[in-house]
Parts: sequence; structure tokens; C-alpha cells
Amino acid sequence: MDGKSGSVELQANALDRPVPMMVNGKPQVPYRGVHGYRATGCKAAPPIPSAADYPQDGDKRVRSLREALEACGLEDGMTLSTHHHFRDGDLIANLLLDVCAEMGKKDLMWFPSASFPCHAPVIGHMERGIVHHIEGSMNGPLGDYCTDGKMRGLGVLRSHGGRWQAIQDGEVHVDIAVIAAPCADLFGNANGVHGPAACGSLYFALADSMYADRVIVVTDHLVPFPAIPWQIQGNHVDFVVTVDKVGDPGKIVSGTTQITKSPDRLLLAELVARFVRDAGILRDGFSFQAGAGGTALAFAIFLKEMMKQAGVKARFIRGGSTKYLVEMLNEGLADYILDGQTFDLDGVVSMRDNPRHVASSPFTSYNYHGKGFFGSLVDVVVLGATEVDVHFNANVVTHSDGRLLHGIGGWQNCLFAGCTILAVPAVRDRIPVIVDEVTTLTGPGELIDVIVTERGIAINPRRHDLREAVRGTDLPVRDIRDIQKEVEQVCGGKPRSPRRSGQVVAAVKWVDGTVLDSVWKVER
Amino acid sequence: MRRVAEAGQRGEKVRSDCWVRVEPRSGGGLDLHVTTKVEAMYGDAVRATCRRTLDALGVEGAVVTVEDQGALDFVIVARIETAVNRAGPGNGRTFLPEPGPGFQARTTRERFRRSRLYLPGNEPRFFLNAALHGPDGIILDLEDAVAPQEKDAARLLVRNTLRVVDFGPAERMVRINQGERGLEDVDAVVPQNVHMILIPKVESAEQVQAVDARAENARKEAGLPQPCLLMPIIESPLGCFSALAIATASPNIVALTIGLEDYTAHLGAERTAEGRESVWARQVIVNAARAAGITPIDTIFSDVSDVEGLRRSALEAKSLGFEGKGCIHPRQVPVVNSAFAPTPEEIEKARRIVLAFEEAGRRGLGVVSLGSKMIDPPIVKRALRTVELAEALALLPKDWRTKEG
Repeated sequence: MDGKSGSVELQANALDRPVPMMVNGKPQVPYRGVHGYRATGCKAAPPIPSAADYPQDGDKRVRSLREALEACGLEDGMTLSTHHHFRDGDLIANLLLDVCAEMGKKDLMWFPSASFPCHAPVIGHMERGIVHHIEGSMNGPLGDYCTDGKMRGLGVLRSHGGRWQAIQDGEVHVDIAVIAAPCADLFGNANGVHGPAACGSLYFALADSMYADRVIVVTDHLVPFPAIPWQIQGNHVDFVVTVDKVGDPGKIVSGTTQITKSPDRLLLAELVARFVRDAGILRDGFSFQAGAGGTALAFAIFLKEMMKQAGVKARFIRGGSTKYLVEMLNEGLADYILDGQTFDLDGVVSMRDNPRHVASSPFTSYNYHGKGFFGSLVDVVVLGATEVDVHFNANVVTHSDGRLLHGIGGWQNCLFAGCTILAVPAVRDRIPVIVDEVTTLTGPGELIDVIVTERGIAINPRRHDLREAVRGTDLPVRDIRDIQKEVEQVCGGKPRSPRRSGQVVAAVKWVDGTVLDSVWKVER
Repeated sequence: MRRVAEAGQRGEKVRSDCWVRVEPRSGGGLDLHVTTKVEAMYGDAVRATCRRTLDALGVEGAVVTVEDQGALDFVIVARIETAVNRAGPGNGRTFLPEPGPGFQARTTRERFRRSRLYLPGNEPRFFLNAALHGPDGIILDLEDAVAPQEKDAARLLVRNTLRVVDFGPAERMVRINQGERGLEDVDAVVPQNVHMILIPKVESAEQVQAVDARAENARKEAGLPQPCLLMPIIESPLGCFSALAIATASPNIVALTIGLEDYTAHLGAERTAEGRESVWARQVIVNAARAAGITPIDTIFSDVSDVEGLRRSALEAKSLGFEGKGCIHPRQVPVVNSAFAPTPEEIEKARRIVLAFEEAGRRGLGVVSLGSKMIDPPIVKRALRTVELAEALALLPKDWRTKEG
């Protein structure tokens, strides 16, 4: 693998962003437009196993993770995957890489579905050459390590749907998937709804279980066969390992579920809800998605009141679920929650006990290389962003100074909803959110319909229908450039454009696997 | 400058503020160290602002350190000036930031004053978006919300805020300190086009007149065309007994209000949610204000989380004759605004009176009558106000006259 991204050939894509033509030794296709690229060929597939090679009594347990890795044939340069359902409470990814270090392995690629601050020790593994690079979201110390240009390979940022696509299409071949499971049986069936580390769903690891050469389930809560629901099917699993603790429950489901107390954010959330109501999106049988951020939660609460007033019911709510969404389900304000992940214990319990609270995989919700995906059936989504530009393009992955801030998550996949709303404060501590050009393009403006700020609502000129729908209401609809101008006046003029170094440190993928933008080394 | 001095707020959690340290030295010139959270976008701008400010203040020999957490320019300027002042006897120079788009805003005696939002005078992070929550007035508080050791800092920050921050249609108010310090506050803020001064803990007409005289002086020197309006706050039994004298102490008084935290403490009674202990005092305020021809305004509601309690409290205040209420959190503003909004019955009655009034005007009649009833001028005035309020709140379409044919 080529460690020097400075020497990589760049080419401008359809939105004129220079992107690398080669990433970690693999040729790339520059972004060609929202629906501009068609993949060809067949999906990837793991080797054909035989039941004869697995225990007749179904007991796939081995004594330790090391033993399992040895039996899987771990070698230098392999790709190891983990999931992020435990968020900042994950203990298994660090354990896995520690064991790899003990085994003296080198140049591994870590392929998490997302990383969290608890994964900072991976920096040490990269420094010592055990891990070559990471493909997955990076923030905090890991993000800085990448944007400081210290990682040997390029980072690759993918959406949840894009990660499924990359695995399914063979763009990333997972050699060994290690799936931390709150509950499992000795055959390897596993779920996230039971056990002390219950986290809800395990479906961020579903593609890994289906497409990896080898699959190891690690659990701290072994139950007799069958572990029901079998979110992860033991038929994909090679080995089962038990440990004392897979995750820290306090950090698995906490921290993201506080409704904002900020009066400005509440104002923002209320404006979003009013827009959804006044644009006529709020009607019987509609569907919406609101994430776990404080503003999104507050939006859901305002929307709930408006739904009650209007006497309407949602057909489904797209989670990340929280107790607020669970309450809506239980109060009969929605028929279903279709849930990618549960953000609090109420969500976990509801997913376990309520058949109308359904765990959904990135395949059903988000995968662009499928025969459709239900993310495009959602009527309205409310998302955040760190920056938007006057063409409605948005950035969620980097700070304005170019440092990695957070992963894409389901954000790109959600843009395909009927109405995509970004709820963003117009000014954050002197930083204007509306800029001439986003630092890192994560979402193309043609999919972003409405930008709601506390200083006004900007509707994408492409959406005549939405403009017409809210004409005559008292919503503060404004031209995006007017809001930009007002904020720049407040902040003391146009911000300086970030100085871009010549070295690419990561690639931002679009949902179809093409390269949407580059993340650049940040000079300090 | 003689001593090392600091100003502002420091640390990772601080937002929209900065910290300044000034270390005077003889010889060696000016040494400026700036770190800023917004380096990528405004690093150069922040440094330029610091240099310009120090230059205008005539600071020549000093080591100046600025740790910025996303403060706007007018905040940085105020913090530097505070630190330089604290470093001891200065050259009397000051540095006023360029006025912003809202600086010229005017008010009128007759405007409605349903909600007034208190903002702590030394917390810059609350200023920028305050008007977006729709209060009729914004009070930059120099009194109880500011710690004694930060009074100097708050005064400069509020002065700069009044110059730069656009409060839109909200009335620009300052609550000054008591006594001599309050009069110095007046000197500092009135030239910055303050619409209204709130005078705390008033017990006599003389207190009001002292502030009035000082404010008149300051606004004339600044060449401002309008007198600074006044709202005395009565906060004691003695103040209640002088309420009428206070309410009539100056023609610049437009409203009278009450502070119940201090009042109940004076009484030796506990402040309760239902407020039986203060019914007399509140009625005294309403009656004194009405007798003086000014607006009675109720106290604040202190439980920010209790929206229903606030609504009940505001409706009760309205039923007593109050026309507005103080707010200590932006989310209280819409609740208060809607509670003091006219009811459909009130709007309908006012609408008919206004139509009759306009009809009388067209016909050149001196007397307004509705059916067989003559309508007195104060009632017409009140009806006009109700209609104006109803229009502003979209309870009555702006074209209601033509709509009704």
C-alpha cells in the first residue's frame, strides 16, 4: 500500500472537487452526480463453507479471542471489522487490536462502522505499525491523527449505506469480522436486545457477518440455543468467544438523548416543526426521521404537539430511537418505528418488547446498490451540518478549519427523503454556518431542500413546490444569501477561506462508491 | 498603567467571550499574544481588532495576552478596555466600536410592552440572538445579574453591545445600578441610544428625578433627539406607599413595575406561586400607574421550567390590569406575548370602535359614537392600541378594514 498520498493523482469530479484516483491501492471513480454512476458486475461473496467443518452440536466456542483469531488464520495486512453499536462504551475493538499486537501482526486495516473517543488507543497501534490505516469515521484524537497527515494509508469516510455498499460490492473485503454481542448462543446467533450491555440492534454488523471470510462473535452474555431474535445468524459465524464484559452500559446508551436547553436551539427546532406543518408534510400517514441531537429531539417534541393538534398519525418514524419516539409509538401517534440504532434504554426495551419497534439494517434502509432502499420513502428528515454553502451543499465531516469532526453516519443516505431539512444555527461562536463553498463536500445541494436557521429559512430554488406550499404563512423564508450576508456582517466580514494543503489524507465517498471529496492535511 | 490586570472569561467552556491579560512594562513596546478558536476563519481579523483597540487606547508598553473563544469584535474591544482600565490610572481614552445597523432604532412612548427580556450584562453569548425570540424589549442588566467585581466590565460591554448588536424591533433598555454607580451607568450608556432606563429599588420621586436629570444631560450632550424613557421598579413597602409620586416624578416615565423578590423579603413573607402576599402591592402599582397615565407592568416569573405556571401568572396579571411581564429566559417570551394578546371579544369591540372613530374623522365629526353611545377619547385610544397589537400578532389581518367591507 502506498503511504504517501501526496503523490496520488487527483482529478476533478462532477462538482469540481479534486479527488484521488487511487485510494489505498484501489482505483477510484470520481463522483459523477447524484445518480450518475452505475456499477456493473456481481456482488462479492465469501467462500463456500461446509457444515461438516463445524461442530455437529453447534458449539463454536473457543477459549479466547486470540485462539479464535489464530484459527481464522489472521495474517499481516488483513482487514478486521468491528461495529459501533456500543458507541463510546465499546471494549471489543481495543481488545481485538491489543490481541493483534500481542500476536505481532502488522499493517492491518481496521474497518469499524464508526469510531469513538474510546478508540484513541488505536493511535498507538498505528504508531507501532500494527494498524496501517482506518477506513471508517474518525473524530477527536483519531481525526486529528488523520488530518495531521500521520496515518500511513488514506482514511475513507462512508455513510452507513455506503459501508454496506462497499462490502457488498467487494470494494472492501473483510477478512475477519469481530462482532461484539450483548447476547449470543454457542452457535453464534446473536442480538443486541438482551444482556447487561444491551444496545438494541446489531445490524451495523450484518453485512460483515454475511460477507466476511471469517466471523467471530464475542459476548458477555451466553444463553442456551436459540438466542432470539437472531439479528446475527450463527450460520455465518465461525467462532464464539466469551469475555467478562463487551461494553460499558453507561456509555452505550447515554449522552445523546438530552433535549437541548439552549433557547436558540429550541427556537430552531420549533421553526423546523412549523415548517413541516405549514408545508403540508405533516398529514395522516406521513413519515419522518429525527436523529438524536438535542435540536432533533426538540423538533420531535414540537412535532408531536402539532400532530396531536392536527389529529394526525405517522405511518412510521425512522429512528435512531429515543424515549421520545418510543412515547409517540406507545401513544398511538405512529404505527411503527423503523430503527437503525437505539440511543437510550427506553429505545432498547421498546425494540425488545414491541413488535412495532423494528430493527432495520443498512441494507433495508440505506444501501444504494439495492433494488431501492426505504430511506427514500421517508417524507421528511431533519439533519444537522457543520457548514452549508449558498448552493445548498453541506459538510458534516470536518470543522471549518478542515479537521475531521465526525463521521457521515446515515446522513448521506437520509438526503434521499422527500424533504431534507438541515437545522443549523446561523452563527456558532463567530463561525458563520453559511459559506461560499463548504470545506468538505459531504452532501450535494441538489438533495438538500431546506436550511432552517434561527435567522430564517432558506428553501432550495429547485423546490418550487415547497416554496409554493409555505407562501402566505408567517414563516421567515429568506434567500440563503441574505442570511449569509447578515451573519457575515455580525461576525466581522467574510471569513477567510481555509488554507488547503496539497496532501490528501482521506476520501469522502458518495453512496454509490464514487469519490465525492477529499479531506486535506491540516497544517498547524 | 501600573499593575497586571485581567478581564473577561477564560477556559475551554467559555463561549463567545475572551480573556485578556495586560502586563504593563516600561520600554520594550507592545507585545501581543493572541490565540483564538476561530483562527482558521477570523484569526487575522481578531489580531487586527486587538491592535486597533490597544492603539486607540494609547497602550504602548505592555505584554498583552488574549485568549479568544469566538468573541465578536465589540466584545474583544470591551474586554481589552476593561483590562487596560484595571491596570490602573489610564489616560482617559476610550474606544467605541463602529455602530451597527440597529443603532439608530427609535421607540415611541405608546408602543406595547408585553414582554421585556432580561439579559445579564456581562454575558456576551446571550446578546446576539436575543431579539430573535420576539421580546418587545431587551434589558441589558447592570444590576443584580452582574457580580460586584464585574460592574466595570459589564458597563463597557453593555455600552458596546448597544452600539453594535441589532435588537430589531425590540426596545433597547438598560437596568442601571442603585445610587451613584447607577448615575455613572447612565453617563456610559445613554449616549448609545438607550430607549429606556430601568431604575431599581425606587422609594422616592427624587431618585427618579436624579436619574432623569442625568439622562437628559447625557442625551443632549450626545445630540440624541428623543428623551430617554424611564421605568422605575418599586421593590419595597416604602416604594409602594410612594408609588404615585414615583409614577409622576418625570414626564419621561412611561411604565411602572414591581420587583417581588425584594418586596416579599421586606415584608417578611415568602414569595408563593399564587402570590397572595403581593396582591396589594401589585394593585398599588396598577393604580398608581393608571393614575399617572403610564403603563403598569408586572414582575418576572422565576420558574423557567414551568410554562403553564407562567401562562397562569401572566393571565392573572392581565386580569389585574397589567399590560406586560418581565422574562428571565427567552422561552418565556412567546408565552407572555400571547397571554397579553387581546382576546377575540376585545379585538371585535376595538375593531368597531376604530371603524366608528375613522368614520367620524371622514365626516369631520368631533364626537365618536357607536350606535347610540358616545365613545370617550381614552377608549378610542385604547381601542387603537388593541387593534395595533392584534395586527402585530396576526390576530387581525392588516387589511381587516377592506375585508369587512
